Amino acid sequence: MNQRKLLDLLPRLTPILAVLISLLVGAVMLALLGTNPWEAYRALFIGAFGSTNALADTIVKATPLLFVGLGICIAFRGGVLNIGGEGQLVTGAIAATAIALSVPNWPGWLIILVALLAGTLAGAIWGGIAGLLKAHFNVNEILSTIMLNYIAVFGMNYLLRGPMMDPLQIKLGSFTPQTARLPRAADLPRLIPTRLHLGAVIAVILAVAVYILLWRTTIGFRIRTVGKSLRAALAAGVRTKRYMALSLVLAGAFAGLGGAVEVLGLHHRMFTDGSAFGFTGSAGFNGIVAALFGQLHPIGTIPASFLLGALLTGANKMQRMMQIPSALIGALNGLIVLLVVGSEFLRRHRIKHTQSAESERAETSAEEEEA
Amino acid sequence: MSWSIIIGILSSGIRLATPYLYAAVGETIGQLSGVVNLGVDGVMLMGAYVAFFVALRTGSLSLGLIAAAGMGGVFGLIMAFISVTLKAEQGISGIGLYLFGLGLSTFLFGITIRNVQTIDGFPDLAIPGLSRIPVIGEIFFQHNILVYVAFALIPIAWFLLNKTPFGLKVRAVGQNPEAADSLGVNVARVRYLTVTLGGMLSGVAGASLSIALLNTFQQNLTNGMGFIAVALVYFGGWRPVLVFAGALLFSTVNALQIWLQVAGINVPSDVALMLPYIVTILVLAAMAKRRVNAPAALNKRFERGES
Repeated sequence: MNQRKLLDLLPRLTPILAVLISLLVGAVMLALLGTNPWEAYRALFIGAFGSTNALADTIVKATPLLFVGLGICIAFRGGVLNIGGEGQLVTGAIAATAIALSVPNWPGWLIILVALLAGTLAGAIWGGIAGLLKAHFNVNEILSTIMLNYIAVFGMNYLLRGPMMDPLQIKLGSFTPQTARLPRAADLPRLIPTRLHLGAVIAVILAVAVYILLWRTTIGFRIRTVGKSLRAALAAGVRTKRYMALSLVLAGAFAGLGGAVEVLGLHHRMFTDGSAFGFTGSAGFNGIVAALFGQLHPIGTIPASFLLGALLTGANKMQRMMQIPSALIGALNGLIVLLVVGSEFLRRHRIKHTQSAESERAETSAEEEEA
Repeated sequence: MSWSIIIGILSSGIRLATPYLYAAVGETIGQLSGVVNLGVDGVMLMGAYVAFFVALRTGSLSLGLIAAAGMGGVFGLIMAFISVTLKAEQGISGIGLYLFGLGLSTFLFGITIRNVQTIDGFPDLAIPGLSRIPVIGEIFFQHNILVYVAFALIPIAWFLLNKTPFGLKVRAVGQNPEAADSLGVNVARVRYLTVTLGGMLSGVAGASLSIALLNTFQQNLTNGMGFIAVALVYFGGWRPVLVFAGALLFSTVNALQIWLQVAGINVPSDVALMLPYIVTILVLAAMAKRRVNAPAALNKRFERGES
């Protein structure tokens, strides 16, 4: 019996095991390259949790991951693989920035509200394009969302080097590709005197909302049905294409809102280093890792985002203190995805096992009834 | 636009097609056996890094190339293990592989090479006689060895897939693994082979960038080329010849885009850079309705004894 319980528990623990194994692989790599892994991970831990500021930075880093991750929960549960987090974050941030800069004299709360809505809408549209392509042209959403990422990034570069460039940068002649600072009234309130802003609270509240959407509403039920079995959904009369497109729209909306929150809460302007990662810090991809790590459950994605936020924040400290490139954590994130997805195998076998046990039980009880 | 400019654009179109060709041909073989590997870009990055690093340290380009193929093969094996043995969802596994390759190549670059350096890559080889033909010679016969090999790969892949028992097995496994299995074909072994081969070719694709075309390495050198290579497989309907045509079309659009910038024609460069990605989406939309050749078991896990 005990052994049985342990076996039942194992699949639930796989995400944790995945992180531990990944960190172990990272330690081996560091050791092979002649660095002390213990020292490196100590720097990482201090960087993530060592002070109030560090902890605040960890939560700040986790916030966009949670926004993207919530959208990923909806999309993956709905059977569509949205890889477009990066592009959706960027379009959301651009829309929020453009709105906030164009109405500097409005009251702060109104700018914030409108800018957040604009970001959500822009992200929803960017995800919706992939949804439309999927529903009407049968275009693989993985490829379309990846292409849309690049298009969004080049669009951002164009806008920040052109029409949206900070007038001050033009006057000074330095031409740094960034926008003007947003009106101060539009800054999201800070929670404690650190960089921690209201965005994290919004994200956590939305996690509960996503849970309710997916498990307590008809729309959520249909989204999950489409994701579980296309055939069953079709047989039940669900318009599967429409729900797949909807999943992408919703995923985009959450990521877009995340982008808007990054601008209003943290950066207060948009900037680019020309690459996809400069503004987003790969949150579009890491949000996928967070959602998978949270077992595609919105509530589980909260601690998952926090942990990944800690790894990413700690990695920066590790880079400064030990000259170990923070990209190590990027590699380990990839490994976590591979391990979590690979371990589905374990879970499937468990399910099969229990199912056959249950059907056996059902058979015996039926026999008993007959007797 | 004068003749010499057109020749220049076409010639660099041919050159730029090289990485797409290696990666897309590898991906075609894997997909025909039923496995989508979306991690191509990450594998290319690892191939590019390893080739550059080995070439830089040993001075041998050939060693760099072999190392890239080997590293690609290892990544292919990882993908095969996850998707064939562990039967994981292929799309997400591929993204995991991409993130792993992207992160690892950046990390290793930061530790071992640190700053951007250049090397002398594979030199151009003018083919005696043929390269003297006006226009044609300039466009087709004055490239480095990896370009020629990439083009030779198309008939080789076509022959392998259509005229050999191995090709038949690959297609059978991709179309109907249950039937292939009942005829005694080892489904897992065929898929391991194709995905590993695909990984090796992706590694070479990366090497073609870092030690033959660009002769440098930096973070995210490929900038999404691997994903476009995957898109080219759909575009070409899983036929090497059409994949080749797609790669050529794509790289020529790219060459044109570069020329537009160099010539200072008034298109904002960022808008011009979007062009290849927009073209890819449009082409995917146009082709998706006619997916007659799609391997029926693509992206599906296979378990023995399941009906």
